[in-house]
Amino acid sequence: MSQQKKRPATKMVPVQTNAIVPDRDADKSPILECHHLGIDFGGLTAVNNFNLMIGRTEIAGLIGPNGAGKTTVFNLLTKVYQPTRGTILLDGNDTSKMNTEQINRAGIARTFQNIRLFKEMSVVDNVLVGLHHEMDYRLPSAILRLPTYWRGERIARERALELLSIFDMQDLAETKAGSLPYGAQRRLEIVRALATNPSLLLLDEPAAGMNPSETSELMDNIVKIRDLFHIAVMLIEHDMNLVMGICEGICVLNFGEVIAKGSPDEIKQNPVVIEAYLGKKDGKEAGNDG
Amino acid sequence: MIKNLKPHTKQNIITFLGLAVVWIVVTVLRSQGALGRSTLGLLVPICCYVVMAISLNLTVGIMGELSLGHAGFMGIGAFTGIVVSQSLMRVTSSVPLRLLAAMLVGALFAGIFGFLIGIPVLRLRGDYLAIVTLAFGEIIKELITCLLVGVDENGLHMIFNYKGLKNVEDLNLSEAGQVIIKGAQGATGTQTIATFNAGMLLIFVTLFIILHTIYSRTGRAIMAIRDNRIAAESVGIDITKHKMIAFVMSAAMAGSAGALYGLNYSNLVAAKFDFNTSILVLVFVVLGGLGNMRGSIIAAVLLYVLPEALRGMHDYRMLIYAVILIVVMLTTNSPAAKNFFGRFRFGKKGGAEE
Repeated sequence: MSQQKKRPATKMVPVQTNAIVPDRDADKSPILECHHLGIDFGGLTAVNNFNLMIGRTEIAGLIGPNGAGKTTVFNLLTKVYQPTRGTILLDGNDTSKMNTEQINRAGIARTFQNIRLFKEMSVVDNVLVGLHHEMDYRLPSAILRLPTYWRGERIARERALELLSIFDMQDLAETKAGSLPYGAQRRLEIVRALATNPSLLLLDEPAAGMNPSETSELMDNIVKIRDLFHIAVMLIEHDMNLVMGICEGICVLNFGEVIAKGSPDEIKQNPVVIEAYLGKKDGKEAGNDG
Repeated sequence: MIKNLKPHTKQNIITFLGLAVVWIVVTVLRSQGALGRSTLGLLVPICCYVVMAISLNLTVGIMGELSLGHAGFMGIGAFTGIVVSQSLMRVTSSVPLRLLAAMLVGALFAGIFGFLIGIPVLRLRGDYLAIVTLAFGEIIKELITCLLVGVDENGLHMIFNYKGLKNVEDLNLSEAGQVIIKGAQGATGTQTIATFNAGMLLIFVTLFIILHTIYSRTGRAIMAIRDNRIAAESVGIDITKHKMIAFVMSAAMAGSAGALYGLNYSNLVAAKFDFNTSILVLVFVVLGGLGNMRGSIIAAVLLYVLPEALRGMHDYRMLIYAVILIVVMLTTNSPAAKNFFGRFRFGKKGGAEE
């Protein structure tokens, strides 16, 4: 918590620590810590002073109106964008020198708002790409089809089918990923992310485009994944039933700044959150910095 | 392993069996003397272009980047192969050994150039990558044109004649020396040792390597980058490394094809490996289907033979070739035609798709 930042601090506020870490994770160090995270695009500040801690086995929600910077936060965490300021600690380690690929290997896996599957490849191959580092054979033994190749492929394939069975998708293994229905594509993305053996799973609008019954199934599955793999999950979602139903801690973002943090019940009652979503009764909105 | 034979394994076996059948049939026909002189002369170049097509398919179809400089790597392979073969003539009289050495060294040099060119080129994507590979292909051709190479009992003599002021005398060859590459005049007096069997063997080896690469973790990573670069990165795939693997493999295979090609002609100029040749190979790949190795082989054979078969048409030869190309592209791209040919996917092979 006493992490030092290199940048000159302008208006550093003390990090609110245990705001959304659930009790069972309280005695363990958090899996993710963000301190004063921010990014500017040219003159535009997309995210500013973002502080967050996520417990080891927490399901955290990141919500906010459209354009609040939620996906930008995900992109910062996975280093699709390099943060302009602030630090990200993953399991206590500074990630500032890592790129997207290294971040994944360090333990953050994600899905995308606009689905990014390997469309021309089969479902099981998509998962096998996620299991890339689980296989330890090298290219020459693959070309010569040495025993290490067969063993590595067999183990990885079994694992892939096992992961697919979480969502009951093992029968679709040889289907082309691009020809799956929309909901199944979203589920496959989650499976592919899980295949990389993460300690933190970031889900960007996992329920988008799903009907209510699919959504409630997804909610069960997210909890199941957390219990099965003992990992933390952070999700961006507009479906409030889902967010309020499974998230233990919620962080509300508006115009790139955190406006509230807390348990679902606290968030529901928070006047600032209500204002951000519905606007004030009269006059101009607060905090509009364009 | 046998019991869960995957569909692609079956397809691969069919491809290899088809090739073996073609090999046997051609060998029998040759021993019967049923093939004319002009047909015999086409056999080795066809093998070379088949290897070129499947190696380019690795870059274009599997990696998903358009490379327009593939002939450049073929050129590197051709001229290093010629130099190796001609130099080894003094050491060993074994033709297969020289051929093998030429193809290996050709592949090695083309691979090295592929790596060096890949460093700047693979930072780019799409059209930009295509244009830069085009430029590098032309650069390679021009560089070879500047080379003066000779060999005598003291070893190799080489001058990089970039000002064009030097000539063969400056190589300081001894009496017994032989000039191998004469700048713009290209390689002259090469002993033609390329054989059809070596060509078929090369096709088998490259196809074996490529297919086994595709269905491995490396191949999946390369295809993942093609399908979605950001997602590939997000699941921990090293983009630069895998693109480089594909590009260097592709270049090295083009190099060995070039070595075989170079040793099929007693005279060869670097201008042969220009943009037109790159495009020719690209046409094979696109017509055969991106990522479809069997298609590349069939397309390379048919489209290489076609202009030769049309020689009787004299001036109208290329016109008819172009029209056939357009018609084939249009029909194979229509869903109805695809369905029609799709029915034969499992059975047919070896130049059956007219």
